[in-house]
Amino acid sequence: MSVQGVIIGLEVHVQLTSLKTKLFCGCSSDYRGKEPNTLVCPVCLGLPGALPVLNRKALEYAVMAALALNCKVSKRMFFFRKNYFYPDMPKNFQISQYDRAGGVPLAVNGYLTIEDQNRVKKIRISRIHLEEDPGRLVHLGPIDQSPYTLVDYNRAGIALLEVVTEPDFNSPKEARLFLQKLRSILEHLGVFDGSLEGAMRCDANISLEGGTRVEIKNITSFKEVERALNFEILRQRDLLEKGISVKRETRHWDEARRITVSLRTKEEEQDYRYFPEPDLVPIVLSEEFIKDVKRRMPELPEARMRRFMLSYGLPRYDAEVLVSSKDLADFFEECVKIYNKPKKISNWMMSDLLRCLYENNLELKESKITPQSLVEMIQLIEEGTISVKIAKKILPTMILTGRSPREIVESEGLTKITSRKLLSELIATVFRENPKAVRDALTNEKAVHFLVGQLMKKTKGKADPALANEMIKEMLEAVRRKEGSSKASTPSQ
Amino acid sequence: MPELYELTGREVSEKIRSRELTVKEYISSILERIRKVEEKVHAFVTVLEEDALKRAEEIDRKADCGHGLGRLCGVAVAVKDNICTKGVRTTCSSRMLKDFVPPYNATVIERLLREDAVIIGKTNMDEFAMGSTTETSYFGATRNPWNPTLVPGGSSGGSAAAVAAGEATLALGSDTGGSIRCPASYCNVVGLKPTYGLVSRYGLIAYANSLEQIGPITIDTYDCALLLSVIAGHDPKDSTSVKTPRRDYVDFLEGGVEGFKIGVPSEFFGEGVDARVKECVWRAIHTLESLGATYEEVSLPSLEYALPAYYIIAMSEASSNLARYDGLRYGYRVEEDSWDWPTVYSKSRRVGFGAEVRRRIILGTYALSAGYYDQYYLKALKIRTLIRRDFEKAFEKFNLLAGPTMPVPPFRIGEKIQNPLELYMCDILTVPANLTGGPAVTVPCGFVDGLPVGLQLMGRPFREDLLLRAAKAYGDRAGFEGLRPKL
Repeated sequence: MSVQGVIIGLEVHVQLTSLKTKLFCGCSSDYRGKEPNTLVCPVCLGLPGALPVLNRKALEYAVMAALALNCKVSKRMFFFRKNYFYPDMPKNFQISQYDRAGGVPLAVNGYLTIEDQNRVKKIRISRIHLEEDPGRLVHLGPIDQSPYTLVDYNRAGIALLEVVTEPDFNSPKEARLFLQKLRSILEHLGVFDGSLEGAMRCDANISLEGGTRVEIKNITSFKEVERALNFEILRQRDLLEKGISVKRETRHWDEARRITVSLRTKEEEQDYRYFPEPDLVPIVLSEEFIKDVKRRMPELPEARMRRFMLSYGLPRYDAEVLVSSKDLADFFEECVKIYNKPKKISNWMMSDLLRCLYENNLELKESKITPQSLVEMIQLIEEGTISVKIAKKILPTMILTGRSPREIVESEGLTKITSRKLLSELIATVFRENPKAVRDALTNEKAVHFLVGQLMKKTKGKADPALANEMIKEMLEAVRRKEGSSKASTPSQ
Repeated sequence: MPELYELTGREVSEKIRSRELTVKEYISSILERIRKVEEKVHAFVTVLEEDALKRAEEIDRKADCGHGLGRLCGVAVAVKDNICTKGVRTTCSSRMLKDFVPPYNATVIERLLREDAVIIGKTNMDEFAMGSTTETSYFGATRNPWNPTLVPGGSSGGSAAAVAAGEATLALGSDTGGSIRCPASYCNVVGLKPTYGLVSRYGLIAYANSLEQIGPITIDTYDCALLLSVIAGHDPKDSTSVKTPRRDYVDFLEGGVEGFKIGVPSEFFGEGVDARVKECVWRAIHTLESLGATYEEVSLPSLEYALPAYYIIAMSEASSNLARYDGLRYGYRVEEDSWDWPTVYSKSRRVGFGAEVRRRIILGTYALSAGYYDQYYLKALKIRTLIRRDFEKAFEKFNLLAGPTMPVPPFRIGEKIQNPLELYMCDILTVPANLTGGPAVTVPCGFVDGLPVGLQLMGRPFREDLLLRAAKAYGDRAGFEGLRPKL
């Protein structure tokens, strides 16, 4: 689904969250929720005289990611300094990589395919860099209204992978699908955990109708990317309709207010004065190193999808949705391990589980549901203890509390009513209360549904639907026979 | 009998190891000397009197207990004030860092302490090592102990002056474009710029990272080899430090120069080099010849471009290295009510940095700017490669290259400071070694009008052993080493 005349390119920053330490020093990279400015040392604080030393593991992870994104990994590369003054940068330069001025990035010329409504699209990745994250600036309220800025350098020096795409997107949705897929791949590689706040951030370039390109910064998740870009399309379209030309500028996505605000215009754009980082030596990657990384690469989403189709007999669509997130796919396989009914499990996960998570604004990981409890719920339906309707009803409780479905059902008396005696009493009551409907039902099938509905209402959905349907029909038949016999007898009187 | 402060590092450590001398006696003598002459010389930014005495007692106790003592046991070492010392302010002789106290030690400091050295103080320098005279220091100029109206050279002027004046026995300097060799030459001491990557730069406050090395400044060649042996060697904290086996350079000192082939670059005796200096240096080359070496004149045409290439690279790197001094986290910050950081940054930098530092930052920023990068920085790197090749070719034929260290003898304080270009020209003979990365040493080779002249020897990368061996042979024969000024 492309939006007429829209061209979008992304610059994605991904933290290699599986690393224990920062990119150029031994400080812990586990900075979330820590006291500000406690995970710092002379190196990541940029104190005079301190020198960076490259984290080998980061290089390995980055190469693995580059290979998974179909990139050509450089055999020899450098780090460059990107010079600009900003309070989140302890050295007032960022150690990054560069593709010009003799620079060689980590990897180039890759791609990812995304699929939208059965249309497959290739998104080209022009390059991948390894670089250090700046510190975190904390504002009171919106950035353009805060009376002060607080700086936390715990994040400074965290290893970042920068993935730059060509302007190959034609809609905000495509951008979101790309980020989702990227996330799934990196999670499958075991280098990244997308559920961590701020672990994936991106900047987007967007232009309308071949017009001026606007850059949007500070998009903090793939959920936000669609919102930010949609807003920007509306903003630019509105300007164009009013005959105002779009300015070339950099804008900031304000998540809280859901608008973009201007940060700086073209004239104020920085000259980063890139040059090779003299404190780090060129990195030479041997053929063996790259081969070794390739060999140790875990299963990627595409392969996993094919496996899901082959070994579990899932339709392509199911397999695709499940592998779109590593957590989802892992959850699915756990379920299948305990209860070998893949399609049934997939159905529940794809429809009700996902909707329920979405409605509660939760990631699967953040919810309390376990594969064991989902399987138990399906088994309760299979053995006839609860109805599908009840199952759907208790799913949110399972997600939010982690209680087992059996326990919920028992404590809340939600077990299905299967007693013929009890049901016939209840149906008799329904018939008594709805004489007109009973009369209609004798000739009209729709009125039968109404009576079933009334029974379900009375039993709060607990009546076994098949049984209820069957018994209502039986009892209607009885009524018909009774009325027929009385009619037949009248003339004889 | 020489005074205690006049002993060499070798003598001090030997006398202390044999308990002929206590560290306390010797350190007291050094401190007494500092009290007496420092006013005339002004070699130090910070003298660590109390710390040094405390440490002296510690080492004495260690000796009394019969514990093994390190190679530099008790020896007073003066450290240039751009080398980080934990808990001791490290200023780079700049207002910007006048109160900066590093929370960590440079690797070379750790190595000195491990060998039981005593850090006697932090020495004065050109601000951020940018200069050849030690006049640009925020704390005022250092004066040449041979004549206090003259400059001691720079930028490690405090370190060289302290050794010459007997205010320290050994000293560390740093050499980006001659900053060890220039003041060593002007103060009649030995100074060595090691091969790039031999000594860890961790904790050296950067001026131009791709060019500089920490190195020894000492009264003679033996001490130079001794101090180098302690500070050299691979350091995992410095990615540019090279994995070479650790060597004891003292072991290579004897052996002479018999059979050595020495190249004499004609460019080192070009116009701009003082005739009296030339004469001194030629005499030195003939002395080496008399010791069994042969020499031949050689031309290294690419040297013509060494100076501009050096200054472009150094200033470019400096403009980036010094960006971190914004007053936000540490260092000088103007009193300002404004919360607008660009205003506070630029005002703090304008006041915190001196004129020469600002000049080099601005020139370096310009050279790296979009549209100029190719013409300046990239071109400078290409010249650097050419010069490196010229030297490699020369070293296929020669063991060493020889020439003057400085083109002119020490000059008056204030004489050249108003003319940056003329001052930059003084580095013309020292910058090539920084561009090639190879080692270079300066040894005293005589006097003109009572002012010291230095002989510069340059060698192949990581062949400090050959360099020091030739320096030792020459020094022993010529007899200028160890001569001290009367103060």
